[in-house]
Amino acid sequence: MKRCAICFLSVFLSLFFSCTQKSSTNQNEIVIGEVGSMTGSEATFGVATHRGIELAVSQINAKGGIKGKTLRVISLDDQGKPDEAATATMRLITQNKVIAILGEVASSRSIAMAPIAQTHKVPMISPSSTNPKVTEIGSHIFRVCFIDPFQGSVMAQFAKDSLKLDKVAILRDVRNDYSVGLADYFTKTFTAKKGKIVLDQSYSAGDIDFKSQLTAIRAQKPQAIFVPGYYTEVGLIARQAKELGIKVPLLGGDGWDSPKLTEIAGSAIHGSYFSNHYSTEDQALHVQAFIKDFKDAYGVTPDGLAALGYDAAKVLAAALERASELNSEEITRAIAQTSNFQGVTGNITIDANRNTVKSAVVLKVAATGFKYLETIRP
Amino acid sequence: MTEFIQHLINGLSVGSMYALIAIGYTLVFGVLQLINFAHGEIFMLGAFVGMYSALFFGFGQTSSLLGLFLVLTLSMLVCAGVGYVIERFAYRPLRKAPRINVLITAVGVSMFLQFTGQLFFGSDPKFFPQIYSPAGYWSVGSVQLNPLQFFVLGISLCLMMALHRLVFHTRMGRAMRAVSFNHDLASLMGIPTNRVISYTFMVGSALAGAAGVLVGLTYPKIEPLMGVMPGLKAFVAVVLGGVGSILGAVVGSLILGLAEEFVVGYWAPTYRDALSFGILILILLIKPRGLFGKIQIEKV
Repeated sequence: MKRCAICFLSVFLSLFFSCTQKSSTNQNEIVIGEVGSMTGSEATFGVATHRGIELAVSQINAKGGIKGKTLRVISLDDQGKPDEAATATMRLITQNKVIAILGEVASSRSIAMAPIAQTHKVPMISPSSTNPKVTEIGSHIFRVCFIDPFQGSVMAQFAKDSLKLDKVAILRDVRNDYSVGLADYFTKTFTAKKGKIVLDQSYSAGDIDFKSQLTAIRAQKPQAIFVPGYYTEVGLIARQAKELGIKVPLLGGDGWDSPKLTEIAGSAIHGSYFSNHYSTEDQALHVQAFIKDFKDAYGVTPDGLAALGYDAAKVLAAALERASELNSEEITRAIAQTSNFQGVTGNITIDANRNTVKSAVVLKVAATGFKYLETIRP
Repeated sequence: MTEFIQHLINGLSVGSMYALIAIGYTLVFGVLQLINFAHGEIFMLGAFVGMYSALFFGFGQTSSLLGLFLVLTLSMLVCAGVGYVIERFAYRPLRKAPRINVLITAVGVSMFLQFTGQLFFGSDPKFFPQIYSPAGYWSVGSVQLNPLQFFVLGISLCLMMALHRLVFHTRMGRAMRAVSFNHDLASLMGIPTNRVISYTFMVGSALAGAAGVLVGLTYPKIEPLMGVMPGLKAFVAVVLGGVGSILGAVVGSLILGLAEEFVVGYWAPTYRDALSFGILILILLIKPRGLFGKIQIEKV
């Protein structure tokens, strides 16, 4: 028993030392960190973003890197949990000594990470957290996507002006900052346009039965249901809505953007609409080049989150190149000065609040995939 | 009115899902006086075995009743095996240990299975293949019924009846009741108690496995942590109905399912889980033996 314990101890110690040795930085490389949900219930978010970042970094390094140094990304998995995201951020900063952080997708997790990055003055760029609170946390927190007040109003405009709907019900995920934010901004714009929210119901992430909420919604006879949740729950909601005989379309946000959505929902989700960051049908040359490179590397079509991951890495790389010196202050200033950067998801200009103002696209879920309908400008 | 009836049907269908998990729970408790917290994880395992075997045999492209029964049987067999292993290696060595040690072991086994599940299956949700999906929906007025729900309810009822027959009309059932009545006395009468306990565990686990497949079929999103909440809810249902009573577990589950449904439908959806655990606290305070619980005299 004792010998066994000594054995274990020595294995642990050797592992520990080998880890610490590996994390010491090389003079010829620039180390940045990434935190994402590679596993967990929003795994496709983390994996897609990671692939986008990886593709961007390999392209940058193939062109000679930044200031003659190669760019290296250390990626940590947070399993889709805010507390794990915070721990991972702390580890990247204190142990791996990264000079900048990319992440997270989900607003709840970015909100957990941002205070740590801010206290340590490490610039952080969130590729796709849309909740306004994320960048309000401090001067070192940026994002390259639009924010929820805009995204919520996009769907409200679309429902009112394009679909000509007057009565909409809402089904929000109360445990999710993103979902609550979107639902609130949708309500604000939709009622301002003289539309009526007939019922505002809620669920908690992880639920599997939504029939009681949907039955209550059905009784109010809405013309559409706004479900600003993540794809796993939305898939089940669509399925159960169909079982209850609800035929109106569902409306949603970029949290729907995953191939798993149609896998879980089946044909029940066809004919529904959601807002997103980019469309694969965009014919611009740089967009099509990105889609081709991504397909060559991973064999799948990149979703919006992959595109944002790619853009976030490119914006950061450009800022690192512009920065006069590779310290926190100069990098932060360089990121803040990003203006008219041509990204896959649109032109990126970081404003005074460290947000990005971009147009959104509305996609329709069809049997053949996500079809582009229209672009809504801020 | 139609809304009310729809809620009633939804509530019963959720309740029957809890019932399937709860009867296995209560069976094991009746014999061992052990709250097997790993029961929810065996339920999860049942769903994953169902998914992988369906994918392996290529079911799910077309709706086939035969396929479903094959998958169901396979999943019940595997879960029975896992149940046996858990009992043999985690609980039997502690047969003479204080109750609290066994309880803590049960929590440990539950966590072990959760995290092993995450390691092997990955923690992202998987889609459960639609092995059997009856076409169309039945509608009576504007009340919509999913035939699948009735089908699942039917299978659950069959399993419950089979269990009732097993416990009250077979030799093994008599032995199980004897062991549950008095463990030491039963062994003095020549009943192989260890074998009876193993058997009970296997039956209980097989029921959990069946529940996993049937829940996967109706809510086709499965993940390694899917057993936690239903496991806790089934526990509440068991306490509500009276621990150790099979009828009590079924009635408790239906009451819980309906109560949750009406809270969400007519009041505030966020209070669904609060309600379940509120019921647990109330029952423990007012009627600790539950609705159908036997009054037991604590022997000194």
